[in-house]
Amino acid sequence: MIFQSIRMAFDSITANKIRSFLTMLGIIIGVIALVVLVSLVSSASDSVTEQVSTLGTDLLTTMVFDDKGHPLKLADLDQLKSNPAIGQAAPLVQTLVTARHGYTEEPATLYGTLPSYGEIHHWQMRQGRFLKTSDIDNSSYVVVLSLEAADKFFGQSDPLNETMMLNGRPFTVVGVLEEDTSLMSVMTTSVKIYTPFTVLTRMSGVRGGISNFIVTPSNPRSMDEAEEALTSFLMRRLKEDDSAFFIFNQSNLMSVVGMVTDMLSYLLGGIAAISLLVGGIGIMNIMLVSVTERTKEIGIRKAVGAARGSILFQFLIEALVISLMGCAIGIVLSFGLLRVATLIAGGLIAFRLSLGIVLIAMGFAVIIGVLFGIYPAYKAAGKHPIEALRYEG
Amino acid sequence: MNKLMIELHDVSKIYQVGGQEVRALDQASLTVREGEFVSIVGPSGSGKTTMMNIIGCLDVADSGQYILDGLPIDRYSDRELAAIRNRKIGFVFQGFNLLSRLTAEANVELPLIYQRLAMGDRKKLVNEALQRVDLYDRRKHKPQELSGGQQQRVAIARALVTRPSLLLADEPTGNLDSKTGAEIIELFHELHQSGNTILLITHNPDIAKTASRMVHIFDGKVYEEARA
Repeated sequence: MIFQSIRMAFDSITANKIRSFLTMLGIIIGVIALVVLVSLVSSASDSVTEQVSTLGTDLLTTMVFDDKGHPLKLADLDQLKSNPAIGQAAPLVQTLVTARHGYTEEPATLYGTLPSYGEIHHWQMRQGRFLKTSDIDNSSYVVVLSLEAADKFFGQSDPLNETMMLNGRPFTVVGVLEEDTSLMSVMTTSVKIYTPFTVLTRMSGVRGGISNFIVTPSNPRSMDEAEEALTSFLMRRLKEDDSAFFIFNQSNLMSVVGMVTDMLSYLLGGIAAISLLVGGIGIMNIMLVSVTERTKEIGIRKAVGAARGSILFQFLIEALVISLMGCAIGIVLSFGLLRVATLIAGGLIAFRLSLGIVLIAMGFAVIIGVLFGIYPAYKAAGKHPIEALRYEG
Repeated sequence: MNKLMIELHDVSKIYQVGGQEVRALDQASLTVREGEFVSIVGPSGSGKTTMMNIIGCLDVADSGQYILDGLPIDRYSDRELAAIRNRKIGFVFQGFNLLSRLTAEANVELPLIYQRLAMGDRKKLVNEALQRVDLYDRRKHKPQELSGGQQQRVAIARALVTRPSLLLADEPTGNLDSKTGAEIIELFHELHQSGNTILLITHNPDIAKTASRMVHIFDGKVYEEARA
């Protein structure tokens, strides 16, 4: 019976091709709006989330504003690391320097840190090595360059073991980092030079200890414990003043990004759902016209033995088939549109059809088909066979 | 004596038309036995269409009793009446009443679909019915590609396909020229010969006379004409 009803539905849909297509168009446009908008948002959100996670989600960035007259030293970080919840802790002190090599003289950002800083960020080396513990212990005048800095000062020539002048002091280049493609690096200056923390603190202009450091948890899944340990450490160290420091949790940023994009999805999805609803009203409209036009057919079917239920089912299936065909066409077109959007975005973001929203759109199409098909179908089923047979359209 | 196919006992049907009561059927009684070919004649407005609707289970009497092939029709639900129409009765209408979107064979197949028969069984019965009315080679044609007489023969095939207890024909020649009409009546006679029970409603006395029994209806009352 279902198969027969579907065949009948296709018969009557193809009997009025243009009308059926126009009716479907409402659903097609609604489905495209729903699927494309939500897929765009979720793809963009995935891309942002991916970028943020390259910064490291298992990272607590700490800033100290007021050290209460006792500057934080490396010994303090060592003490912090002794907590079982804490994995690594690395300071990052920065200063602006004038860097020179040969005839090239440029301002650059000089960072003083520890070997663990590079490990935490999983930095890859293009040439040479990153800072070593012995560099720290001996306060060696060595530097590691960002790829951009190496380009700027050394161009095509090999910078390894070359000497460059920072604020008039000679430093030996021991390594060059791989290119940093993360979102954050695009937003900050690219001429970055890394030197041992102990060297930077010795240089003039850098006083007052560590005001900025990063901490990782001993286990990536125990971020909360690590944050708690860090907070209580700083509270103790900074005389219970919770405004003297600030801890920035990357995973908090992720959840904020997630919340914003979810909200955007719901908002756009909601608007698109309204257009689907309008499409559903179109179906009801055409089904009502169709029921009236086909009064005679209903009469004939009833005369040869169709019960109310059969007629109801037939018209309901017809509304459902229109709705689902519209949905299928809409999904295929959405897929094409997202491919075009990906091409336009130039590989920056890959817009993917979100499977979840495809399923939601299909569910919606079924609900709309039934919701807006049931009344016309009920009207058709309720027709009296004698009057229906007498009807002359 | 063959068994009783139709028993109408004092059946009345009253319509309200513009606040006035119209007695379309007034205590009408009629019995038809299996295998009979009965014609019902009467002028328009005499109540013959109302009687046909009641006999065809498309409508229910206000009073009186109707028994079709042993089934007391006034006791059934809408859904059961649909099943009775499907299995017991084959309708042939004046206006053919074929579905224009469907081919001849799909039109004939229609009653079988509501019986939920398997495709193979349906196909077999449809082919038999189409061969019976001599239209097997035109089975792929749509109604508008067929002549009036051919369309009516498709309608007869549709009525025959379920092997009903009763063929009910309402002015089957009304939309046809006299030569084609005569061919259709001839077909009904053949069907009668092969054992079908036929009730033919007409206002044409010449056609009515060809039946084995003739019943007159006038102002909602039934008058039987005894014949040898």
